[in-house]
Amino acid sequence: MHYNSGDTAWILASSALVLFMTPGLAFFYGGMVRSKNVLGMLMQNYVVIGIVSIVWVFLTYTLSFGTDWGGSGIIGTLHFFGLAHMNQTVPGYTGAAAQTIPPLVFVVFQMMFAVITPALITGSTADRLRFGPFVVFVVIWSIVVYAPIAHWVFSPTGWLFKLGAEDFAGGTVVHINAGAAGLAVATVIGKRRGWPKEPMPPHNVPFVLLGAGMLWFGWFGFNAGSALGANVLSANAFVNTNTATAAALLGWILVEKIKGGKSTTLGAASGAVAGLVAITPACGFVNLEGATVIGFAAGIVCALAISLKFKLGLDDALDVGGVHFVGGILGALLIGLFGTSAIGGVNGLFYGGGASLLFHQFIAVVASALYSFVMSYIIAKIIDKTMGLRIKDDEELEGMDTALHAESAYEFGSSLLRGFSGAGGGGHISSRVDLNEEIVEVHKKAGEIN
Amino acid sequence: MKLITAIIKPFKLEDVRNALTKADIKGMTVSEVQGYGRQSGHTEVYRGAEYQTSFVPKLKIEVVVSDDAALDIVDEIVAAAKTDKIGDGKVWVVNVEELVRVRTNERGNDAL
Repeated sequence: MHYNSGDTAWILASSALVLFMTPGLAFFYGGMVRSKNVLGMLMQNYVVIGIVSIVWVFLTYTLSFGTDWGGSGIIGTLHFFGLAHMNQTVPGYTGAAAQTIPPLVFVVFQMMFAVITPALITGSTADRLRFGPFVVFVVIWSIVVYAPIAHWVFSPTGWLFKLGAEDFAGGTVVHINAGAAGLAVATVIGKRRGWPKEPMPPHNVPFVLLGAGMLWFGWFGFNAGSALGANVLSANAFVNTNTATAAALLGWILVEKIKGGKSTTLGAASGAVAGLVAITPACGFVNLEGATVIGFAAGIVCALAISLKFKLGLDDALDVGGVHFVGGILGALLIGLFGTSAIGGVNGLFYGGGASLLFHQFIAVVASALYSFVMSYIIAKIIDKTMGLRIKDDEELEGMDTALHAESAYEFGSSLLRGFSGAGGGGHISSRVDLNEEIVEVHKKAGEIN
Repeated sequence: MKLITAIIKPFKLEDVRNALTKADIKGMTVSEVQGYGRQSGHTEVYRGAEYQTSFVPKLKIEVVVSDDAALDIVDEIVAAAKTDKIGDGKVWVVNVEELVRVRTNERGNDAL
């Protein structure tokens, strides 16, 4: 088998770029939570890299891109289980769509998408998930929700792909999917204590901008890499991605200004991410005008959509619904208007293709949103009933960092008093045990009194 | 002896310290405090959600001085801390019963 070394090199580099997005997301989210929960948030994102990397190579890759099971386009078979048969081409990529990269490169590129998708969910459920049950959720969710939707949309043998629905880099598979799942899990576990009355401002806005910058950077691998080659299509996707993101950044801060406030840095970062989300499904199907409109529309619509959670009383803590769900839907549907075969795919409504592409996009949006929401709800509910998905009230009050991970992010402030650990005033390590025993004593005494 | 306590705007610390040094005051204690007076807090907006912060960060300066120097030093502090804008702070003076220098056990004005 002869592969194109330029294409292969670009997709290997893109895979690394997409991996870099998950730490970026961790900081994007981590800056937005309160300082007592920042490590909890970072940990959820990092552990997802660990879990999905393993699950993907053994199981979910073959479920997503394996030979179609029964020809129904629902799920792949176990043909590539544990990365078996890597000398065979990826099913469905034939003719003009034949891959020019080794299948193993495709495996690792797609792995990074499977990694970031469940990581996105953690924004909805910020500050209130137990760690162990979350790990279990990610394993099951990757198998039951991510793999089927990836098969439907990304694999040429999937039913939505065959229907003619277009998703260049994961508007449905990644963003609508994660958005719907985030809203579902947030519904199951309920709102943070004190929300929305108690102020919960971001503890580190520079982190949010740092994370948004890492996302923007990595997203070039996500979108331009989805051309699966280093060519004109990937160049189009690259330019569209940057243009839409820039337009969305401006759109969001414009909304802030028009609504009578000031343009904020958090708004600029949020707008950029909204633009990246919206252009993701479209970047290889639309031209520069299309990308500009999609990006600008995403900045405006998502800036308005984030207030919906207050009306719905649904604590989507970091606006995964408002940014990823709404932005993903917007991008997926606008392909139906702005799609042009001059770039890739088929013509949409504005380029003489009629309404059929829009209709296919609509079906893909509804199918992926509905499946993801319902299945994520069920999985979360079962885990909640059996293991308990939500942290206890006192842990939530204390913060996830110390309560769940025995660490705190920031070691300044009361540093002069740090050495005093209660009994005897000694700061040595063993006093930690003494302190715990003392707490147990206190609990016992409290029990006696009760 | 008198204890002078001044609540000032944080960026005025350097001016006040210079004024006190000129007035031959040899030490001071500074703490970061938060509070509000006529200057209420400010509004912060994050993704459209408005948060009213009611406490404004200030610095609290404490110095102990001799009885006869107290009022002059108060004037020096007030002049140095003044910006003529709301939120400049407050200065107050209270009597001190006793003062001890820990190292030498000197008492009263000798411990200043």
